[in-house]
Amino acid sequence: MATALEITDLHKTYSNGHQALKGISFAVQEGDFFALLGPNGAGKSTTIGIICALVNKTSGQVKIFGDDMDLSPNKVKQHLGMVPQEFNFNQFEKTEDILITQAGYYGIPHKESVERAELYLHKLGLWDKRREQSRLLSGGMKRRLMIARALIHQPKLLILDEPTAGVDIELRRSMWDFLQEINQQGITIILTTHYLEEAEQLCRNIAIIDHGRLVQNTSMKALLRTLHMQTFIFDSTTLLPDQLHLSGYTYRPLDDHSFEIDVDHEQDLNELFNQLSAHKLSISSMRNKANRLEELFVSLVDKNLQR
Amino acid sequence: MMWQQYWTAFVTIYIREVRRFLRIWPQTLLPPAITMVLYFIIFGSVIGSRIGQMEGYSYMEYVVPGLIMMSVITNAYNNVASSFFSNKFQRSVEELLVAPIPNSIILAGFVLGGVTRGLAVGFIVTLLSLAFTTLPIHNIWITILAVLLTAIVFSLGGFINAIYADKFDDISIIPTFILTPLTYLGGVFYSVNILPDFWGYISLANPILYMVNAFRYGILGHSDGISIGLAMLILAGFAAVLSYYCLYLLRTGKGLRH
Repeated sequence: MATALEITDLHKTYSNGHQALKGISFAVQEGDFFALLGPNGAGKSTTIGIICALVNKTSGQVKIFGDDMDLSPNKVKQHLGMVPQEFNFNQFEKTEDILITQAGYYGIPHKESVERAELYLHKLGLWDKRREQSRLLSGGMKRRLMIARALIHQPKLLILDEPTAGVDIELRRSMWDFLQEINQQGITIILTTHYLEEAEQLCRNIAIIDHGRLVQNTSMKALLRTLHMQTFIFDSTTLLPDQLHLSGYTYRPLDDHSFEIDVDHEQDLNELFNQLSAHKLSISSMRNKANRLEELFVSLVDKNLQR
Repeated sequence: MMWQQYWTAFVTIYIREVRRFLRIWPQTLLPPAITMVLYFIIFGSVIGSRIGQMEGYSYMEYVVPGLIMMSVITNAYNNVASSFFSNKFQRSVEELLVAPIPNSIILAGFVLGGVTRGLAVGFIVTLLSLAFTTLPIHNIWITILAVLLTAIVFSLGGFINAIYADKFDDISIIPTFILTPLTYLGGVFYSVNILPDFWGYISLANPILYMVNAFRYGILGHSDGISIGLAMLILAGFAAVLSYYCLYLLRTGKGLRH
């Protein structure tokens, strides 16, 4: 499988002396759904800006589908679609015109641009708003418009910088479905997000940046396997006894019907359920106390801070 | 194939620019028409009749080519400056920067948009001037070349202004404090021949003087002692230098990329 994106020793120092990137390197394989995570100011947007030619790098190399960004910028840009964090379209243009114009920038003839605009306006649920000025769209619609615009030239690599920020949960989930669908069709996706549940749900591989350095770059599964302890919250339909001893597990009651238990990654959940059954407890629901990726993220960033 | 793609991109930028100034015609096409009619009435008819002749022409005949050129200059400049800056301000310029478009195509699209508005306003003002005077057109080719090169030069100037501008005030500073004085002192309203020698020589450093005189020569067959060949050379030179500088700014990302 080809490498969609290859970043080598990327440095960026802004004119005010701030070192946003201190030599990060990673690769994204073709067809991947890749998470690029990091706290605010970690260097995610700078990295994306450099990949998309919106930020000048200080040094390093960016290759997209084998082509060097410095040597063949226009060839590289042809493969790239970008959904930025902030709305960056002309607020006074009509929704449809924004897409047709963007297609024109990629050299797509007008007739074909109109057809593609129609396709993506339908796909992203914006068809009814096609004649509206973009400033009149809701926040969620504007986000979808930016996704449609990024896809209008049918890129092989789509970069989304916090695409679901400020979007309600229903719309967020429909966007996840759409992104998974286009990823299955072969589009490589790089996603930055502050919703770690989103990254865990969608992405197969992950890189975490903090203070301009890469602190983790692995598969999502491998990363989650490194989590030693998880805390589960259980809800019981039966009243909890005053005393409950579960061999090998730490039990903490929360109220009359719910409690939490720490489970080591080497421990067996079946054994836990056996013990709960032996105490005649009927469990109606169980959930992770915290998002697994979130726990790891916090611990990785904390470790990096202590260095 | 690549050139076909670039051509489509160029046409897209150009059409977007033209649509923009046509959509807001009460801000872009109407005000210069009204302003110029007032100039024709006040300077041409009311005051001009008292001034008498200028370089052998009625004051109205003399002043009209300069006023047409003045409207071309300001409108070509303002179109590119305001359009490109508002693209920067709204960050929609990023749509262009992420697309596979050579810088020369981006520049050409915006400049041709500015030239089109400059010429559109120039044409409107020319039609209005016919209600006040006649325009004999001494040499159509010099007329066209002078107005075209001037519109290109000032569109490029507007582009540079927009790149350096950080706020909307910045795109009105240059027209107010540099462009307007240079235009007013560039032989629009008077012949440099009537100035004292010292101010006459100083005026020769004003590039707008050459533009106005080349255009006036194309229409009336008269220039205030300015060589038309030199005027064209200066115009072409400015266009070349400013184009190169605009491309340099785009390549380095000045004001566009961090």
